[in-house]
Amino acid sequence: MSAFLHIEDLSVHFPVRKGLLQRQVAEVRAVEQVTLSLNRGEAFGLVGESGCGKTTLARTVLKLVDPTSGTIWFDGQNVSALKGTSLAPYRKKVAAIFQDPFSSLNPRMTSGQILSEVLHVHRYEGNIMDRVTELLSLCGLAPRFADLYPHEMSGGQRQRVGIARALALEPELIVCDEAVSALDVSIQAQIINLLEELRAKFGLTYLFIGHDLSVVRHLCDRLAVMYLGRIMETGTSEEIFSNPRHPYTKALIDAVPAPDPVGEDFKEHVSLAGEIPSPLDPPPGCVFHTRCPLAMEQCRSAVPPLERLGCAHTAACFALKQTANTTRTGAQSQTSTNI
Amino acid sequence: MPLLDVENLTVSLFQDGTETPLVRNISYRAEPGEILALVGESGSGKSVSSLAVMGLLAKSLRVTSGAIRFDGQDLLTLKDEEMRTLRGRDISMVFQEPMTSLNPVRSIGSQIMESIEENLGLSRAQARLRAIDLLKEVGVADAERRLKQYPHHFSGGMRQRVMIAIALAADPKLIIADEPTTALDVTIQAQILDLMARICRDHGTTMILITHNLSIVARYARRVNVMYGGRIVESGDARTLYTTPRHPYTEGLLQSVPRLDQDRNVPLKPIQGSPADPFAPIEGCRFHPRCPYATDLCRSDVPEFGDGLACHAPLSIETREAV
Repeated sequence: MSAFLHIEDLSVHFPVRKGLLQRQVAEVRAVEQVTLSLNRGEAFGLVGESGCGKTTLARTVLKLVDPTSGTIWFDGQNVSALKGTSLAPYRKKVAAIFQDPFSSLNPRMTSGQILSEVLHVHRYEGNIMDRVTELLSLCGLAPRFADLYPHEMSGGQRQRVGIARALALEPELIVCDEAVSALDVSIQAQIINLLEELRAKFGLTYLFIGHDLSVVRHLCDRLAVMYLGRIMETGTSEEIFSNPRHPYTKALIDAVPAPDPVGEDFKEHVSLAGEIPSPLDPPPGCVFHTRCPLAMEQCRSAVPPLERLGCAHTAACFALKQTANTTRTGAQSQTSTNI
Repeated sequence: MPLLDVENLTVSLFQDGTETPLVRNISYRAEPGEILALVGESGSGKSVSSLAVMGLLAKSLRVTSGAIRFDGQDLLTLKDEEMRTLRGRDISMVFQEPMTSLNPVRSIGSQIMESIEENLGLSRAQARLRAIDLLKEVGVADAERRLKQYPHHFSGGMRQRVMIAIALAADPKLIIADEPTTALDVTIQAQILDLMARICRDHGTTMILITHNLSIVARYARRVNVMYGGRIVESGDARTLYTTPRHPYTEGLLQSVPRLDQDRNVPLKPIQGSPADPFAPIEGCRFHPRCPYATDLCRSDVPEFGDGLACHAPLSIETREAV
């Protein structure tokens, strides 16, 4: 395996149990046959709407959820089979930053205690207090913050403590699950810049989960678009945003308004009709066909494979061959404008 | 005549014997049929000022000065009973959380019909027909069957459509939408905002759109009020405000958001520090601790709001080039 993190044919299903005997009556197919590779030092984005499986995928990488099938390779080692104490070295190398800085920090501990706890658990050998001060300053917080409780800090400061905690054990991979979504606009930009600085400084690899396309595009070198547990399209940020090929990616990008009234006046907006189907009962064939403006007979019965479109661009869509020659506006005119 | 005329409005929080102003002397007008945006971060006073317009302030909050005129009538002088009649019939509100603003143990139909019966005085049968029409108008398919269903049968986007149907029940003149799409997915957000914009156009309804998302404002609102620390710091038509912001805070907000139409390798320029804490005593302009252009005057004197701006050191072409 040459990739730093390689996820192969990963599926995660959750059983739905009912009744006295807790019989399994259905299953939620949260992640379905996902294959992805991350290179060392890159920021990789996972985007999609709620229920698309991006968080489940992240939790599986963090070994918080066991996959139903498939393998995760980290730095050449198969980590899907690791359990208990054999997981400790992996947990040291992989850290997480969560969305809500209000609920991901223990309200009864000062940020100094929160940071030193991690170091204690993993038997840090140096001076713990020095390391805590160092971590705080890496994240732009003065040493006095070590004595503050989460409720004494603002949202942005709390998220900085969350990031300091993720950095404590010098990880190689950080999974950022909606790490900037809960923050005010002006604070969000500070945290985005901090994440970028830290990546450059320590050569970190990010798996960045987000629903805000402009943030993911800004932070990530490559990204994958997910819908109902499956990958619809992968590619470099430049490629995906300048030349989106999958109809879902196009709709997703089109749904993002730009902070520019002049440009907005000249843009034709097309809203995607319908809602995301339930992952309890995903549609047969291509999961997107129920909302797709280009859906054909074939899409209702067969699952389109991810096809290579360029050196680093793949998409799973049967209509690709048809759309290859149409311009973006041409494809849009077929899109239903009814809402 | 403007439909809504808010003049020198101040709203304070009374707690533990102290008075903390959350909205500080703001004035704005909404013309009939327009979509006006109130933009700001948490604690900017955008929601509190709108709750004051609705007459829905919590007990600890009070309007301490100013006037709110709706259709020429001063809302602050109305009795509770009169305000209740006006609310729902002439002014209605769409909230952020469609999950919590619907009653979970009553059917969707009864919640929409309640508003119709109350405000229009229609019979039950007539109200039912109107409810079906409303659901169709907001894009809920199979309306007759869905009337009997409960909120948990509806997805987030569908619940927000139901909330809009309730808000529209009496064909109000003004709708206040407080972060109507913040809890929704991107593609659903676009559907809901398109729907609201269409409704305003078709019915000539005025909408006040409260949001922290500058991009939404650019697509849907003609005029914008930017709020910071309880004050309106800049207002104007969206086009001018976005292309040539005059207040440093507006400029900072615009430079903080990553954009799809910009080079992704250019670092963002965040505003330093955190949003002003309403409880913290700040002399002068409330933005001065975060402002790169702040002068001594900004640290001592509150800038007056005039000509769409409240700033001692407004941006001009020269200041932009100097920094």
